Amino acid sequence: MYKRDIYKVIENRPLSAKTMLMVLEGDTQYVGSAGEFVNVAVEGKFLRRPISICDYDEKTITLLYDIVGEGTEIMSRLPLGAELDILTGLGRGFSEDKVCQRPALLGGGIGCAPLYNLSKKLLARGIKPVVILGFNSSKDVVAKEMFERIGAEVYVATVDGTMGTKGFVTDVIREKGLECDYFYACGPMPMLKAVCNTLEWSGEVSLDERMACGFGVCMCCSVETRSGAKRICKEGPVFMKEDLIWK
Amino acid sequence: MKVVLSGVELDNPVIPASGCFGYGYGMAEYYDIDILGSISFKGTTREARYGNPLPRVAECSSGMINAVGLQNPGIDAVISEELPKMREKFHKPIIANISGFSIDEYVECCQKITHEEQVEIIELNVSCPNVHGGGMSFGTSPDSVAEVVRAVKRVITKPLYVKLTPNVTDIVAIAKAAEAAGADGICLINTMLGMRINTRTRKPVIANTMGGFSGAAVFPVAVRMVYQVSKACNIPVIGCGGVESASDVIEMMMAGASAVEVGAANLRNPYACKEIIENLPKEMERLGIKKLTDIIGIV
Repeated sequence: MYKRDIYKVIENRPLSAKTMLMVLEGDTQYVGSAGEFVNVAVEGKFLRRPISICDYDEKTITLLYDIVGEGTEIMSRLPLGAELDILTGLGRGFSEDKVCQRPALLGGGIGCAPLYNLSKKLLARGIKPVVILGFNSSKDVVAKEMFERIGAEVYVATVDGTMGTKGFVTDVIREKGLECDYFYACGPMPMLKAVCNTLEWSGEVSLDERMACGFGVCMCCSVETRSGAKRICKEGPVFMKEDLIWK
Repeated sequence: MKVVLSGVELDNPVIPASGCFGYGYGMAEYYDIDILGSISFKGTTREARYGNPLPRVAECSSGMINAVGLQNPGIDAVISEELPKMREKFHKPIIANISGFSIDEYVECCQKITHEEQVEIIELNVSCPNVHGGGMSFGTSPDSVAEVVRAVKRVITKPLYVKLTPNVTDIVAIAKAAEAAGADGICLINTMLGMRINTRTRKPVIANTMGGFSGAAVFPVAVRMVYQVSKACNIPVIGCGGVESASDVIEMMMAGASAVEVGAANLRNPYACKEIIENLPKEMERLGIKKLTDIIGIV
Protein backbone atom coordinates (compact mmCIF):
# COMPACT_ATOMS: atom_id res chain seq x y z
CA MET A 1 0.00 0.00 0.00
CA TYR A 2 1.33 3.41 -0.87
CA LYS A 3 0.34 7.00 -0.46
CA ARG A 4 0.91 10.43 -1.95
CA ASP A 5 1.13 13.26 0.53
CA ILE A 6 2.73 16.60 1.23
CA TYR A 7 5.77 16.52 3.53
CA LYS A 8 7.55 19.39 5.22
CA VAL A 9 11.33 19.75 5.00
CA ILE A 10 12.61 20.10 8.57
CA GLU A 11 16.28 19.46 7.84
CA ASN A 12 18.29 19.71 4.61
CA ARG A 13 22.04 19.97 5.04
CA PRO A 14 25.22 18.82 3.29
CA LEU A 15 27.18 15.85 4.67
CA SER A 16 29.86 16.23 1.99
CA ALA A 17 30.36 18.15 -1.25
CA LYS A 18 27.78 15.98 -3.03
CA THR A 19 25.74 14.20 -0.36
CA MET A 20 22.80 15.80 1.46
CA LEU A 21 20.71 14.73 4.42
CA MET A 22 17.03 15.66 4.34
CA VAL A 23 14.46 15.06 7.05
CA LEU A 24 10.80 15.24 6.08
CA GLU A 25 7.85 15.50 8.41
CA GLY A 26 4.56 13.87 7.52
CA ASP A 27 2.51 10.69 7.42
CA THR A 28 4.82 7.66 7.53
CA GLN A 29 2.23 4.94 8.12
CA TYR A 30 2.76 3.41 4.68
CA VAL A 31 6.50 2.91 5.14
CA GLY A 32 6.81 -0.76 6.05
CA SER A 33 10.46 -1.79 6.07
CA ALA A 34 14.09 -0.77 5.63
CA GLY A 35 15.01 -0.65 1.96
CA GLU A 36 11.77 0.89 0.69
CA PHE A 37 11.97 4.15 -1.24
CA VAL A 38 10.05 7.35 -1.79
CA ASN A 39 9.40 9.12 -5.10
CA VAL A 40 9.89 12.85 -4.83
CA ALA A 41 8.14 15.34 -7.13
CA VAL A 42 10.51 18.21 -7.88
CA GLU A 43 9.12 21.55 -9.03
CA GLY A 44 9.69 22.00 -12.77
CA LYS A 45 10.71 18.39 -13.41
CA PHE A 46 8.40 15.99 -15.23
CA LEU A 47 9.40 12.77 -13.47
CA ARG A 48 9.78 12.11 -9.77
CA ARG A 49 13.12 11.27 -8.13
CA PRO A 50 13.20 7.82 -6.52
CA ILE A 51 15.28 7.97 -3.31
CA SER A 52 15.74 5.20 -0.77
CA ILE A 53 14.72 5.75 2.83
CA CYS A 54 17.67 6.08 5.21
CA ASP A 55 15.55 6.12 8.36
CA TYR A 56 11.98 6.70 9.50
CA ASP A 57 9.84 6.88 12.60
CA GLU A 58 6.20 7.74 13.34
CA LYS A 59 6.52 11.31 12.09
CA THR A 60 9.62 11.66 9.95
CA ILE A 61 11.45 10.21 6.97
CA THR A 62 15.20 10.75 6.57
CA LEU A 63 16.77 10.68 3.12
CA LEU A 64 20.42 10.73 2.11
CA TYR A 65 20.84 11.81 -1.49
CA ASP A 66 23.65 12.72 -3.85
CA ILE A 67 23.39 15.80 -5.99
CA VAL A 68 23.68 14.07 -9.37
CA GLY A 69 21.61 16.27 -11.67
CA GLU A 70 19.16 19.15 -11.94
CA GLY A 71 16.43 17.46 -9.88
CA THR A 72 18.58 16.69 -6.85
CA GLU A 73 20.24 20.11 -7.24
CA ILE A 74 16.78 21.71 -6.84
CA MET A 75 16.13 19.48 -3.80
CA SER A 76 19.42 20.55 -2.22
CA ARG A 77 18.36 24.20 -2.33
CA LEU A 78 14.98 23.66 -0.61
CA PRO A 79 14.73 25.77 2.55
CA LEU A 80 13.43 24.49 5.88
CA GLY A 81 9.64 24.58 5.89
CA ALA A 82 9.40 23.86 2.15
CA GLU A 83 6.74 21.37 1.13
CA LEU A 84 7.38 18.33 -1.05
CA ASP A 85 4.89 16.07 -2.85
CA ILE A 86 6.06 12.53 -2.15
CA LEU A 87 4.87 8.99 -2.76
CA THR A 88 5.68 6.70 0.17
CA GLY A 89 5.42 2.98 0.75
CA LEU A 90 7.13 2.08 -2.51
CA GLY A 91 9.00 -1.13 -3.18
CA ARG A 92 9.77 -4.23 -1.17
CA GLY A 93 12.58 -3.74 1.34
CA PHE A 94 15.14 -5.94 3.07
CA SER A 95 14.11 -9.03 5.03
CA GLU A 96 14.45 -7.55 8.49
CA ASP A 97 13.58 -10.78 10.26
CA LYS A 98 16.18 -12.97 8.52
CA VAL A 99 17.67 -15.52 10.92
CA CYS A 100 21.42 -14.83 11.00
CA GLN A 101 24.20 -14.34 13.57
CA ARG A 102 26.52 -11.83 11.99
CA PRO A 103 25.31 -10.17 8.80
CA ALA A 104 27.52 -7.94 6.68
CA LEU A 105 25.90 -4.71 5.50
CA LEU A 106 27.70 -3.51 2.39
CA GLY A 107 27.11 0.02 1.17
CA GLY A 108 28.67 1.58 -1.91
CA GLY A 109 28.54 5.39 -1.90
CA ILE A 110 25.01 6.66 -1.40
CA GLY A 111 23.98 2.99 -1.21
CA CYS A 112 24.83 3.21 2.50
CA ALA A 113 21.52 5.03 3.09
CA PRO A 114 18.98 2.17 3.41
CA LEU A 115 21.43 0.11 5.51
CA TYR A 116 21.07 2.60 8.36
CA ASN A 117 17.47 1.79 9.24
CA LEU A 118 18.24 -1.88 8.62
CA SER A 119 21.13 -1.70 11.14
CA LYS A 120 18.79 -0.21 13.73
CA LYS A 121 16.25 -2.99 13.16
CA LEU A 122 18.92 -5.71 13.42
CA LEU A 123 20.43 -4.18 16.57
CA ALA A 124 16.95 -4.04 18.12
CA ARG A 125 16.80 -7.81 17.56
CA GLY A 126 20.15 -8.25 19.31
CA ILE A 127 22.07 -8.85 16.08
CA LYS A 128 25.23 -6.76 15.69
CA PRO A 129 25.84 -6.10 11.99
CA VAL A 130 29.22 -5.58 10.38
CA VAL A 131 28.82 -2.42 8.31
CA ILE A 132 31.28 -1.91 5.46
CA LEU A 133 31.03 1.35 3.57
CA GLY A 134 32.84 1.95 0.30
CA PHE A 135 33.58 5.35 -1.22
CA ASN A 136 35.83 6.78 -3.90
CA SER A 137 37.82 8.99 -1.55
CA SER A 138 37.90 10.20 2.07
CA LYS A 139 36.15 13.44 1.08
CA ASP A 140 33.12 11.38 -0.05
CA VAL A 141 32.80 9.41 3.19
CA VAL A 142 29.42 9.99 4.83
CA ALA A 143 27.28 8.31 7.47
CA LYS A 144 30.21 6.52 9.16
CA GLU A 145 29.53 8.25 12.50
CA MET A 146 25.79 7.64 12.16
CA PHE A 147 26.40 3.89 12.06
CA GLU A 148 28.99 4.05 14.87
CA ARG A 149 26.63 6.02 17.10
CA ILE A 150 23.98 3.27 17.02
CA GLY A 151 26.55 0.62 17.93
CA ALA A 152 27.37 -1.06 14.62
CA GLU A 153 30.86 -2.43 13.84
CA VAL A 154 31.94 -0.10 11.02
CA TYR A 155 34.68 -0.42 8.36
CA VAL A 156 35.47 1.91 5.49
CA ALA A 157 37.08 1.29 2.11
CA THR A 158 38.15 3.99 -0.31
CA VAL A 159 39.18 3.42 -3.90
CA ASP A 160 42.12 5.86 -3.56
CA GLY A 161 43.13 4.58 -0.13
CA THR A 162 42.71 7.94 1.61
CA MET A 163 40.63 6.36 4.36
CA GLY A 164 40.33 2.81 5.67
CA THR A 165 41.16 -0.10 3.41
CA LYS A 166 42.36 0.78 -0.10
CA GLY A 167 39.96 -0.77 -2.59
CA PHE A 168 36.38 -1.99 -2.41
CA VAL A 169 34.09 -3.36 0.30
CA THR A 170 35.07 -6.89 -0.71
CA ASP A 171 38.73 -5.98 -0.03
CA VAL A 172 37.82 -5.08 3.57
CA ILE A 173 36.32 -8.53 4.08
CA ARG A 174 39.45 -10.17 2.69
CA GLU A 175 41.94 -7.92 4.53
CA LYS A 176 40.22 -8.15 7.91
CA GLY A 177 39.26 -11.82 7.47
CA LEU A 178 35.68 -11.00 8.42
CA GLU A 179 33.48 -14.01 8.99
CA CYS A 180 29.80 -13.35 8.38
CA ASP A 181 26.86 -15.60 7.59
CA TYR A 182 24.65 -13.35 5.46
CA PHE A 183 24.88 -10.05 3.60
CA TYR A 184 22.72 -7.09 2.68
CA ALA A 185 24.12 -4.82 -0.05
CA CYS A 186 23.21 -1.58 -1.78
CA GLY A 187 25.37 0.39 -4.18
CA PRO A 188 26.35 0.79 -7.82
CA MET A 189 25.75 -2.19 -10.13
CA PRO A 190 29.47 -3.13 -10.61
CA MET A 191 29.86 -3.33 -6.83
CA LEU A 192 26.72 -5.47 -6.43
CA LYS A 193 27.91 -7.78 -9.17
CA ALA A 194 31.30 -8.17 -7.49
CA VAL A 195 29.66 -8.77 -4.11
CA CYS A 196 27.31 -11.43 -5.47
CA ASN A 197 30.06 -13.15 -7.43
CA THR A 198 32.77 -13.19 -4.74
CA LEU A 199 30.94 -13.73 -1.44
CA GLU A 200 30.00 -17.29 -0.56
CA TRP A 201 27.37 -16.17 1.93
CA SER A 202 23.76 -15.94 0.91
CA GLY A 203 22.39 -12.44 0.80
CA GLU A 204 20.19 -9.81 -0.74
CA VAL A 205 20.89 -6.69 -2.75
CA SER A 206 19.01 -3.48 -3.45
CA LEU A 207 19.11 -2.46 -7.11
CA ASP A 208 18.99 1.07 -8.49
CA GLU A 209 17.75 1.99 -11.96
CA ARG A 210 16.16 4.90 -13.79
CA MET A 211 12.44 4.84 -13.13
CA ALA A 212 9.44 6.71 -14.41
CA CYS A 213 6.49 5.92 -12.14
CA GLY A 214 8.01 4.05 -9.19
CA PHE A 215 4.78 2.17 -8.52
CA GLY A 216 4.78 -0.62 -11.05
CA VAL A 217 2.86 0.49 -14.12
CA CYS A 218 5.35 1.84 -16.68
CA MET A 219 7.73 -1.16 -16.86
CA CYS A 220 10.77 1.13 -17.24
CA CYS A 221 12.78 -0.63 -14.51
CA SER A 222 12.27 -4.33 -15.27
CA VAL A 223 15.12 -6.76 -14.69
CA GLU A 224 15.33 -10.34 -15.83
CA THR A 225 15.66 -12.69 -12.87
CA ARG A 226 15.75 -16.47 -12.53
CA SER A 227 12.03 -16.30 -11.77
CA GLY A 228 11.12 -14.08 -14.72
CA ALA A 229 11.02 -10.33 -15.38
CA LYS A 230 10.62 -8.30 -12.18
CA ARG A 231 10.02 -4.61 -11.60
CA ILE A 232 12.73 -3.02 -9.44
CA CYS A 233 10.14 -0.55 -8.12
CA LYS A 234 7.55 -3.15 -7.20
CA GLU A 235 8.94 -6.67 -6.66
CA GLY A 236 12.27 -4.97 -5.74
CA PRO A 237 14.33 -2.95 -5.17
CA VAL A 238 15.64 -5.76 -2.92
CA PHE A 239 16.28 -9.11 -4.59
CA MET A 240 17.85 -12.32 -3.34
CA LYS A 241 21.40 -12.85 -4.63
CA GLU A 242 20.31 -16.27 -5.91
CA ASP A 243 17.54 -14.73 -8.01
CA LEU A 244 19.72 -12.29 -9.94
CA ILE A 245 21.39 -12.89 -13.29
CA TRP A 246 24.66 -11.01 -13.84
CA LYS A 247 25.75 -10.57 -17.45
CA MET B 1 -20.21 13.61 -18.86
CA LYS B 2 -21.29 10.49 -20.76
CA VAL B 3 -19.77 9.84 -24.17
CA VAL B 4 -20.26 7.07 -26.73
CA LEU B 5 -17.61 5.27 -28.79
CA SER B 6 -19.14 3.13 -31.57
CA GLY B 7 -22.13 2.19 -29.43
CA VAL B 8 -20.06 1.69 -26.27
CA GLU B 9 -21.25 4.11 -23.61
CA LEU B 10 -18.67 5.50 -21.18
CA ASP B 11 -19.58 7.33 -17.93
CA ASN B 12 -17.01 9.97 -18.83
CA PRO B 13 -14.40 10.51 -21.55
CA VAL B 14 -11.34 9.87 -19.37
CA ILE B 15 -9.31 6.75 -20.25
CA PRO B 16 -5.83 5.91 -18.95
CA ALA B 17 -3.68 5.27 -22.03
CA SER B 18 -2.04 1.95 -22.74
CA GLY B 19 1.28 1.43 -20.98
CA CYS B 20 0.65 4.06 -18.32
CA PHE B 21 -1.77 2.14 -16.09
CA GLY B 22 -0.79 -1.54 -16.38
CA TYR B 23 -3.92 -3.67 -16.18
CA GLY B 24 -5.52 -1.27 -13.73
CA TYR B 25 -5.64 -3.42 -10.62
CA GLY B 26 -2.31 -2.06 -9.36
CA MET B 27 -3.72 1.45 -9.51
CA ALA B 28 -6.78 0.32 -7.53
CA GLU B 29 -4.46 0.63 -4.49
CA TYR B 30 -4.60 4.39 -5.06
CA TYR B 31 -8.28 4.94 -5.80
CA ASP B 32 -11.54 3.34 -6.95
CA ILE B 33 -10.77 2.83 -10.64
CA ASP B 34 -14.47 2.29 -11.45
CA ILE B 35 -14.73 6.10 -11.72
CA LEU B 36 -12.82 5.87 -15.04
CA GLY B 37 -14.62 5.93 -18.37
CA SER B 38 -12.54 2.98 -19.56
CA ILE B 39 -8.98 1.65 -19.35
CA SER B 40 -6.75 0.87 -22.30
CA PHE B 41 -4.60 -1.93 -20.96
CA LYS B 42 -0.87 -2.48 -21.48
CA GLY B 43 -0.08 -3.38 -25.10
CA THR B 44 -0.14 -7.09 -25.65
CA THR B 45 1.60 -9.32 -28.19
CA ARG B 46 1.24 -13.00 -29.08
CA GLU B 47 4.32 -14.15 -27.16
CA ALA B 48 5.62 -12.90 -23.83
CA ARG B 49 8.23 -10.17 -24.29
CA TYR B 50 10.87 -8.88 -21.89
CA GLY B 51 11.37 -5.73 -23.96
CA ASN B 52 14.39 -3.47 -24.35
CA PRO B 53 17.54 -3.28 -22.23
CA LEU B 54 17.75 -0.70 -19.42
CA PRO B 55 17.78 2.26 -19.05
CA ARG B 56 14.41 2.63 -20.74
CA VAL B 57 13.49 6.16 -19.73
CA ALA B 58 14.86 9.67 -20.15
CA GLU B 59 13.42 12.88 -18.82
CA CYS B 60 12.73 15.93 -20.99
CA SER B 61 11.34 19.39 -20.43
CA SER B 62 7.62 18.79 -19.83
CA GLY B 63 7.82 15.17 -20.87
CA MET B 64 9.73 11.93 -21.08
CA ILE B 65 11.10 9.43 -23.57
CA ASN B 66 10.48 5.73 -23.06
CA ALA B 67 11.72 2.65 -24.84
CA VAL B 68 10.12 -0.15 -22.85
CA GLY B 69 9.81 -2.30 -25.96
CA LEU B 70 6.36 -3.79 -25.37
CA GLN B 71 7.20 -5.81 -22.30
CA ASN B 72 4.13 -7.96 -21.64
CA PRO B 73 3.28 -11.52 -20.58
CA GLY B 74 1.72 -12.49 -23.95
CA ILE B 75 -1.92 -12.69 -24.98
CA ASP B 76 -2.65 -16.08 -23.33
CA ALA B 77 -1.33 -14.97 -19.93
CA VAL B 78 -3.17 -11.66 -20.27
CA ILE B 79 -6.43 -13.55 -20.79
CA SER B 80 -5.86 -16.17 -18.10
CA GLU B 81 -4.11 -14.06 -15.43
CA GLU B 82 -4.26 -10.30 -15.96
CA LEU B 83 -7.84 -9.85 -17.21
CA PRO B 84 -9.43 -11.77 -14.30
CA LYS B 85 -7.48 -9.58 -11.84
CA MET B 86 -8.50 -6.49 -13.80
CA ARG B 87 -12.19 -7.49 -13.76
CA GLU B 88 -12.11 -7.87 -9.97
CA LYS B 89 -11.32 -4.17 -9.60
CA PHE B 90 -12.79 -2.67 -12.77
CA HIS B 91 -16.36 -3.17 -13.91
CA LYS B 92 -16.55 -0.79 -16.88
CA PRO B 93 -15.77 -1.30 -20.58
CA ILE B 94 -12.17 -2.35 -21.21
CA ILE B 95 -10.13 -1.31 -24.25
CA ALA B 96 -7.76 -4.10 -25.30
CA ASN B 97 -4.53 -2.70 -26.75
CA ILE B 98 -3.00 -5.17 -29.20
CA SER B 99 0.42 -4.97 -30.85
CA GLY B 100 2.08 -7.19 -33.37
CA PHE B 101 5.01 -7.79 -35.64
CA SER B 102 3.07 -9.47 -38.45
CA ILE B 103 -0.50 -9.52 -39.71
CA ASP B 104 -0.82 -13.10 -38.47
CA GLU B 105 0.12 -12.01 -34.97
CA TYR B 106 -2.41 -9.15 -34.92
CA VAL B 107 -5.11 -11.50 -36.21
CA GLU B 108 -4.35 -14.24 -33.70
CA CYS B 109 -4.30 -11.86 -30.72
CA CYS B 110 -7.50 -10.10 -31.79
CA GLN B 111 -9.25 -13.42 -32.40
CA LYS B 112 -8.45 -14.44 -28.82
CA ILE B 113 -9.34 -11.17 -27.13
CA THR B 114 -12.54 -10.34 -29.02
CA HIS B 115 -14.69 -12.83 -27.09
CA GLU B 116 -13.44 -11.74 -23.67
CA GLU B 117 -16.09 -10.43 -21.35
CA GLN B 118 -15.88 -6.67 -20.66
CA VAL B 119 -13.51 -6.09 -23.59
CA GLU B 120 -15.69 -3.67 -25.56
CA ILE B 121 -13.17 -2.07 -27.89
CA ILE B 122 -10.00 -3.37 -29.52
CA GLU B 123 -7.28 -0.76 -29.96
CA LEU B 124 -4.72 -1.74 -32.55
CA ASN B 125 -1.28 -0.36 -31.86
CA VAL B 126 0.25 0.12 -35.29
CA SER B 127 2.54 2.83 -34.01
CA CYS B 128 4.89 1.74 -31.27
CA PRO B 129 8.22 3.24 -32.35
CA ASN B 130 10.32 1.20 -29.99
CA VAL B 131 10.67 -2.18 -31.60
CA HIS B 132 13.05 -2.69 -34.49
CA GLY B 133 11.10 -3.71 -37.57
CA GLY B 134 7.91 -3.83 -35.53
CA GLY B 135 4.73 -1.76 -35.29
CA MET B 136 6.28 1.28 -36.91
CA SER B 137 6.23 -0.15 -40.40
CA PHE B 138 2.46 -0.77 -40.30
CA GLY B 139 1.58 2.70 -39.05
CA THR B 140 3.65 4.69 -41.48
CA SER B 141 2.06 3.59 -44.74
CA PRO B 142 -1.64 3.86 -45.69
CA ASP B 143 -1.48 0.51 -47.49
CA SER B 144 -0.09 -1.50 -44.60
CA VAL B 145 -2.52 0.12 -42.14
CA ALA B 146 -5.38 -0.80 -44.45
CA GLU B 147 -4.08 -4.35 -44.82
CA VAL B 148 -3.87 -5.02 -41.09
CA VAL B 149 -7.26 -3.38 -40.43
CA ARG B 150 -8.96 -5.53 -43.10
CA ALA B 151 -7.38 -8.72 -41.75
CA VAL B 152 -8.34 -8.01 -38.15
CA LYS B 153 -11.88 -6.85 -38.96
CA ARG B 154 -12.62 -10.28 -40.46
CA VAL B 155 -12.08 -12.05 -37.13
CA ILE B 156 -13.43 -9.68 -34.48
CA THR B 157 -16.86 -8.93 -33.08
CA LYS B 158 -15.97 -5.69 -31.23
CA PRO B 159 -15.34 -2.18 -32.56
CA LEU B 160 -11.80 -1.67 -33.87
CA TYR B 161 -9.89 1.53 -33.07
CA VAL B 162 -6.53 2.07 -34.74
CA LYS B 163 -3.94 3.91 -32.65
CA LEU B 164 -1.80 5.94 -35.03
CA THR B 165 1.77 7.13 -34.83
CA PRO B 166 2.39 10.85 -35.33
CA ASN B 167 5.74 10.08 -36.96
CA VAL B 168 4.37 10.37 -40.50
CA THR B 169 4.23 12.99 -43.22
CA ASP B 170 0.47 12.90 -43.75
CA ILE B 171 -1.60 11.72 -40.78
CA VAL B 172 -4.87 12.32 -42.65
CA ALA B 173 -3.94 9.91 -45.45
CA ILE B 174 -3.20 7.15 -42.91
CA ALA B 175 -6.42 7.79 -40.96
CA LYS B 176 -8.51 7.78 -44.13
CA ALA B 177 -6.91 4.50 -45.21
CA ALA B 178 -7.84 2.96 -41.85
CA GLU B 179 -11.41 4.22 -42.15
CA ALA B 180 -11.77 2.94 -45.71
CA ALA B 181 -10.48 -0.47 -44.61
CA GLY B 182 -13.23 -0.72 -42.01
CA ALA B 183 -11.83 0.78 -38.79
CA ASP B 184 -14.58 1.86 -36.39
CA GLY B 185 -12.48 4.62 -34.86
CA ILE B 186 -9.07 6.23 -34.64
CA CYS B 187 -6.94 6.87 -31.58
CA LEU B 188 -4.12 9.38 -31.81
CA ILE B 189 -1.40 10.21 -31.10
CA ASN B 190 1.06 7.59 -29.93
CA THR B 191 4.49 8.83 -28.85
CA MET B 192 6.77 10.92 -31.05
CA LEU B 193 10.19 9.50 -31.83
CA GLY B 194 12.79 11.27 -29.71
CA MET B 195 16.29 11.02 -28.30
CA ARG B 196 18.40 12.39 -25.45
CA ILE B 197 22.18 12.34 -25.03
CA ASN B 198 24.11 12.31 -21.76
CA THR B 199 26.67 15.02 -22.51
CA ARG B 200 29.00 13.77 -19.78
CA THR B 201 29.23 10.17 -21.02
CA ARG B 202 28.65 11.21 -24.66
CA LYS B 203 26.15 8.38 -25.04
CA PRO B 204 22.37 8.20 -25.54
CA VAL B 205 20.51 8.26 -22.21
CA ILE B 206 18.40 5.23 -23.05
CA ALA B 207 19.87 1.90 -24.08
CA ASN B 208 17.70 1.71 -27.19
CA THR B 209 19.16 5.10 -28.35
CA MET B 210 15.72 6.41 -29.42
CA GLY B 211 12.32 6.17 -27.81
CA GLY B 212 8.81 7.55 -27.66
CA PHE B 213 8.44 11.14 -26.48
CA SER B 214 5.28 11.86 -24.49
CA GLY B 215 3.97 14.18 -21.82
CA ALA B 216 2.63 17.73 -21.72
CA ALA B 217 5.07 18.88 -24.40
CA VAL B 218 3.33 16.88 -27.15
CA PHE B 219 -0.19 18.16 -26.35
CA PRO B 220 -0.32 20.82 -29.13
CA VAL B 221 0.76 18.25 -31.71
CA ALA B 222 -1.94 15.86 -30.52
CA VAL B 223 -4.62 18.57 -30.62
CA ARG B 224 -3.59 19.50 -34.15
CA MET B 225 -3.69 15.90 -35.41
CA VAL B 226 -7.00 15.14 -33.69
CA TYR B 227 -8.42 18.25 -35.36
CA GLN B 228 -7.14 17.29 -38.81
CA VAL B 229 -8.23 13.66 -38.60
CA SER B 230 -11.66 14.28 -37.08
CA LYS B 231 -12.42 16.81 -39.83
CA ALA B 232 -11.35 14.39 -42.55
CA CYS B 233 -12.94 11.18 -41.23
CA ASN B 234 -16.47 10.16 -40.27
CA ILE B 235 -15.52 7.76 -37.46
CA PRO B 236 -14.94 8.70 -33.79
CA VAL B 237 -11.53 9.82 -32.63
CA ILE B 238 -9.98 9.17 -29.22
CA GLY B 239 -7.58 12.02 -28.46
CA CYS B 240 -4.32 11.13 -26.74
CA GLY B 241 -1.07 12.95 -26.03
CA GLY B 242 0.04 15.21 -23.20
CA VAL B 243 -3.33 15.50 -21.48
CA GLU B 244 -2.90 16.56 -17.85
CA SER B 245 -6.04 18.45 -16.80
CA ALA B 246 -9.80 18.74 -17.20
CA SER B 247 -9.15 21.79 -19.35
CA ASP B 248 -6.92 19.70 -21.65
CA VAL B 249 -9.72 17.11 -21.97
CA ILE B 250 -12.18 19.80 -23.04
CA GLU B 251 -9.67 21.28 -25.50
CA MET B 252 -9.04 17.84 -27.01
CA MET B 253 -12.80 17.28 -27.38
CA MET B 254 -13.27 20.69 -28.98
CA ALA B 255 -10.60 19.63 -31.48
CA GLY B 256 -12.73 16.60 -32.37
CA ALA B 257 -12.12 13.86 -29.81
CA SER B 258 -15.09 11.78 -28.61
CA ALA B 259 -13.05 10.51 -25.66
CA VAL B 260 -9.60 11.27 -24.27
CA GLU B 261 -6.71 9.11 -23.14
CA VAL B 262 -4.33 10.21 -20.39
CA GLY B 263 -0.84 8.74 -20.53
CA ALA B 264 2.39 10.04 -19.03
CA ALA B 265 0.56 12.25 -16.50
CA ASN B 266 -0.33 9.07 -14.55
CA LEU B 267 3.34 8.29 -14.07
CA ARG B 268 4.09 11.48 -12.16
CA ASN B 269 0.73 11.73 -10.46
CA PRO B 270 -1.02 8.40 -9.86
CA TYR B 271 -4.21 10.37 -9.14
CA ALA B 272 -4.10 12.27 -12.48
CA CYS B 273 -7.22 10.65 -13.98
CA LYS B 274 -9.16 10.87 -10.71
CA GLU B 275 -8.38 14.58 -10.41
CA ILE B 276 -9.34 15.22 -14.04
CA ILE B 277 -12.70 13.45 -13.58
CA GLU B 278 -13.38 15.39 -10.37
CA ASN B 279 -12.49 18.70 -12.01
CA LEU B 280 -14.43 18.15 -15.24
CA PRO B 281 -17.86 19.27 -13.94
CA LYS B 282 -16.33 22.47 -12.51
CA GLU B 283 -14.52 23.18 -15.75
CA MET B 284 -17.68 22.50 -17.78
CA GLU B 285 -19.65 24.87 -15.61
CA ARG B 286 -16.99 27.55 -15.89
CA LEU B 287 -17.07 27.28 -19.68
CA GLY B 288 -20.85 26.99 -19.95
CA ILE B 289 -20.82 23.41 -21.26
CA LYS B 290 -23.99 21.41 -20.49
CA LYS B 291 -23.03 18.12 -22.13
CA LEU B 292 -19.55 17.10 -23.24
CA THR B 293 -21.03 15.63 -26.41
CA ASP B 294 -22.07 19.18 -27.40
CA ILE B 295 -18.46 20.32 -27.81
CA ILE B 296 -16.98 17.42 -29.82
CA GLY B 297 -15.33 18.97 -32.86
CA ILE B 298 -16.92 22.36 -32.22
CA VAL B 299 -13.82 24.16 -33.54
